[in-house]
Amino acid sequence: MKSFNVAAMAVLAVQAAWAAPASAQDEVKIGVITSLSGPGGYLGQDIRDGIALAVQLGGGKLGGVPVQTIVEDDGAKPGQGKQIVDRLLKNDKVKIFTGIVFSNVAGATVPDVLDAGAFYVSPNAGPSTFAGKECHPNYFVVSWQNDSLHESAGQLANQLGYKSVYLVAANYQAGKDALEGFKRFYKGKVAGESFTRLDQTDFAAEFAQIRAAGPEAVFQFEPGGLGIAFLRQYQQAGLTDKIPMVVAAPSLDAVTLSVVGDAALGVNVTSHWNSDFDNPANKAFVAAWEQAYHRPATYYASQGYDTAMAIGAALKGVGGKLDDANAFRQAMMKADFQSVRGSFKFGPNRHPVQDWYALKVEKGADGKLALVTKSKILSDHGDAYAKECKF
Amino acid sequence: MTSDTLEARRSGRTYAFPMSRIVIFVIAVAILALVPAGATALHMPSVTGFATQVLIYAIAAMSLNLILGYGGMVTFGHAAFFGVGGYVLGILYQHSAQRSAFLALVPGTDNLAVALLAAVLIGAATAAVIGSLSLRTRGVPFIMITLAFAQMLFFLFVSLKTYGGDDGLMMRRRDVVPFVDARDDISYYLICLTLAVGWLVLTWCLVRSRFGAVLSGLRQNERRMMAIGIAPYRYRLVAFVIAGAGAALAGALMANYLRFVSPDMMHWTKSGELMMMVILGGAGTLFGPILGAAAMLALETALAAYTENWQFYLGIILLAVVMTTRGGLSALLDRASGR
Amino acid sequence: MIILEQILNGVQFGLTLFLMSAGLTLIFGIMGVINLAHGSLYMIGAYAAALTAVRTGSVWLALVGGLAAAALGGIVIEFAVVRRLYARNHLDQVLATFALVLIINQGANMLLGRQPLFVAMPPALSGSVTLLPGLTYPVYRLLVIAVGATVAAGLFAMIHGTRIGMLVRAGATHRQMVRALGVNVALLYTAVFGIGALLAGLAGVIAGPITSVQVGMGEQVLILAFVVVVIGGLGSVRGAFFGAIAAGLVDTLSRAFLPTLFRQIMDGSNADALASGMSAISIYLLMALVLLMRSQDLLAEKS
Repeated sequence: MKSFNVAAMAVLAVQAAWAAPASAQDEVKIGVITSLSGPGGYLGQDIRDGIALAVQLGGGKLGGVPVQTIVEDDGAKPGQGKQIVDRLLKNDKVKIFTGIVFSNVAGATVPDVLDAGAFYVSPNAGPSTFAGKECHPNYFVVSWQNDSLHESAGQLANQLGYKSVYLVAANYQAGKDALEGFKRFYKGKVAGESFTRLDQTDFAAEFAQIRAAGPEAVFQFEPGGLGIAFLRQYQQAGLTDKIPMVVAAPSLDAVTLSVVGDAALGVNVTSHWNSDFDNPANKAFVAAWEQAYHRPATYYASQGYDTAMAIGAALKGVGGKLDDANAFRQAMMKADFQSVRGSFKFGPNRHPVQDWYALKVEKGADGKLALVTKSKILSDHGDAYAKECKF
Repeated sequence: MTSDTLEARRSGRTYAFPMSRIVIFVIAVAILALVPAGATALHMPSVTGFATQVLIYAIAAMSLNLILGYGGMVTFGHAAFFGVGGYVLGILYQHSAQRSAFLALVPGTDNLAVALLAAVLIGAATAAVIGSLSLRTRGVPFIMITLAFAQMLFFLFVSLKTYGGDDGLMMRRRDVVPFVDARDDISYYLICLTLAVGWLVLTWCLVRSRFGAVLSGLRQNERRMMAIGIAPYRYRLVAFVIAGAGAALAGALMANYLRFVSPDMMHWTKSGELMMMVILGGAGTLFGPILGAAAMLALETALAAYTENWQFYLGIILLAVVMTTRGGLSALLDRASGR
Repeated sequence: MIILEQILNGVQFGLTLFLMSAGLTLIFGIMGVINLAHGSLYMIGAYAAALTAVRTGSVWLALVGGLAAAALGGIVIEFAVVRRLYARNHLDQVLATFALVLIINQGANMLLGRQPLFVAMPPALSGSVTLLPGLTYPVYRLLVIAVGATVAAGLFAMIHGTRIGMLVRAGATHRQMVRALGVNVALLYTAVFGIGALLAGLAGVIAGPITSVQVGMGEQVLILAFVVVVIGGLGSVRGAFFGAIAAGLVDTLSRAFLPTLFRQIMDGSNADALASGMSAISIYLLMALVLLMRSQDLLAEKS
């Protein structure tokens, strides 16, 4: 019988824990829900640190308004993200949320945020579900719509003149979307397709298929650790020199590059941002990042930073007052900040309209590998779902 | 039934339930029923949501405890039924929202009572299939074969693109019940509380019955039970099916609460988590699983609010509990209260 | 030729699984402990090798470092935690070793950061060789096959030719007997746990250059290794060997050939998604079938 009383006591203890973060009244609270534990931990870490850097450079303020960021780890679990949102909405009265890395966590948590009348500004995931018919006036995406990553890769494959491409993707929704996006823009022949498992560690079987199909190039969507294993094994299979690779940014970020080394040499990457972009905002960001964290900035970090800047611009526009949701919405839409990507604006469905670039992995003068920006592939590129969006 | 009386006398503590305990039980339920009011008064409305999740996990843990604690069947695939229950509710909702029919035969529904009933039935049917095969094995092979079936279901749902695949299935709104506003958080909490208490009473009746005595007897000495003419397989299968139905009920409640269901719900780590709750609270005790579910969720939430390295400290606490207590938290409490 | 290559791939994958499952099956067979932290030892091996390689630049030191760290980690775990659990039931063992997994994973995050680690491939092993006309195969994968086969042979020799091996064999079938014979059980257990950890570490070191060395890498192979152990029969190293090869072949071949098969009966993208799901299921289906067939045999023997 003790159990029930103790359960009640446990609830009380947790209440005490929740009550702890007290804050000054005039600070705007920003809920940063991100994935810090598990294999995808470094993505969440870079997003969090990108946001933190923007706040730090602003002296604890974004757009001149004092802010308090509440960072929570969702463990890449949808249920956990949902519970955190519930708590931050109801107990801490948070009105602005950001930080989610993975589409499936976003799918479970974002509807709760929007239904409560709060705002969500995405620094990473941009699933198609919220870009078309289900778009929402309080939902903004600073990073990209998932498909455009891969549309740009398809476009690059056209420009590089590859007549046949073999497609490989991890078997989950983002992987399937990736192939759809690539094929939407790619004009040549698809030599074959393979779906791999999310827990797969060995790609030898797929390589044999690729070799048998004999394509001119390979497009793969294997984010994070999967991509590391894929690139390493691709090189050992002797394919790196024979069949060139075209990928979108998630399959080869700065961290992947530093981990796989030579196996990434010569890979074609498409991205909306690169550390070598020549604009003042980016130069300041990259310098500040390296000074603060002593590690290379990834595009996740740049997205976290841009997200914070976008929120800051809107806060400035409404003078830190969140009571008028409509005013805040309009201030967000102006996107009145200097993006580290150069040109940036929101499209009608509040997803980005931006430029996409071709990058290539090359060896620098110091012998170190780097992602080097080559050319612009798409200008003012929006997404295919915007026309379905009606508020 | 000599074995019944023998069992009852030997472990009288579990089965005998004096009047004073029933009074405390009623008071405890009354306190739990007041949690939402208290949460509102303390300006912590999210406590209600937290308590709802505790109750739902408690149902799942209690159902697992029936076979794991009382029946001695260590299954590593209990989350399969949890997930199946969630998907039954989710799939019925999707078809109701799209005005289509499952396999072009079964129409969808957004009625919570109907969906829960369907989840329980299908959970029981799944458990009957898996159990009838798995229970041919014993010991570690049984652990692994239940895991194997759970993994198969997991990968099946991952590859079902119609129902969201790996990304899971979202529900725009919660299911409804006639006469009650089940979309309201407090009403939903009370629904979950009712079902949890109901499942607790059911478990209590089961373990006190002849069936429960046989189940415990099979755990302690199978040969003796067989000698008095009891067929172990049938009893174990019935227990397995009841447990599967309970987990499916919990899964459907959870899917409805989160308005979301994904293959994550039947991943092997979720089976592990349910096991942790049972062991942490005390396997083979009536209230252990409830205690375990509450402790596990409270620990996770409190630690995660303080540090991003919460898993590290959770690990240390779990390790300390298992090394220093025998029989989980309820044994610890019993000892502390001098029993 | 592609079939031959895929078979080779399957054998190679199977042998990597064998290194993991040999340790698991030994630990289970002798001590009856279900060790969920075995995957963590695999991760420790990979991490230690990666760090040593970066510091010293030597492949051999990296190998030694990885093996030593894993064996040491195993002995510490045995001494501090597992030793106190021999008399307990499987449930307590599962909970305790699961707690260890949480601690070790998050501990690695805290100490070494969340980024995956860099592992260089030794230049001598990075190429491919032509085995038969039309069949080129990576040198490193051939090396993996060689190491796996050597370890398997070494373990057989140890188990069938040495005193420890005799105790291991005896322990797998009559655990109580070995205890009763006055053997220094504590030392034997520590030694066996250390050997199991060493094998897991070796698997980790070998996997380093071809997979991603990161937190959580152990759990990816842990469940597969358990499957192999069960297919092969608990406590049997020989069984684990054949179980591993069978699992490796089934997994690789179903991944390689199911999509083509399915594409003949349905349209492309559905076929690929379904085939990928089916190939994931195949290995568990194999295990369930083996277990059911074995239980049938047992029933037949009883009657």
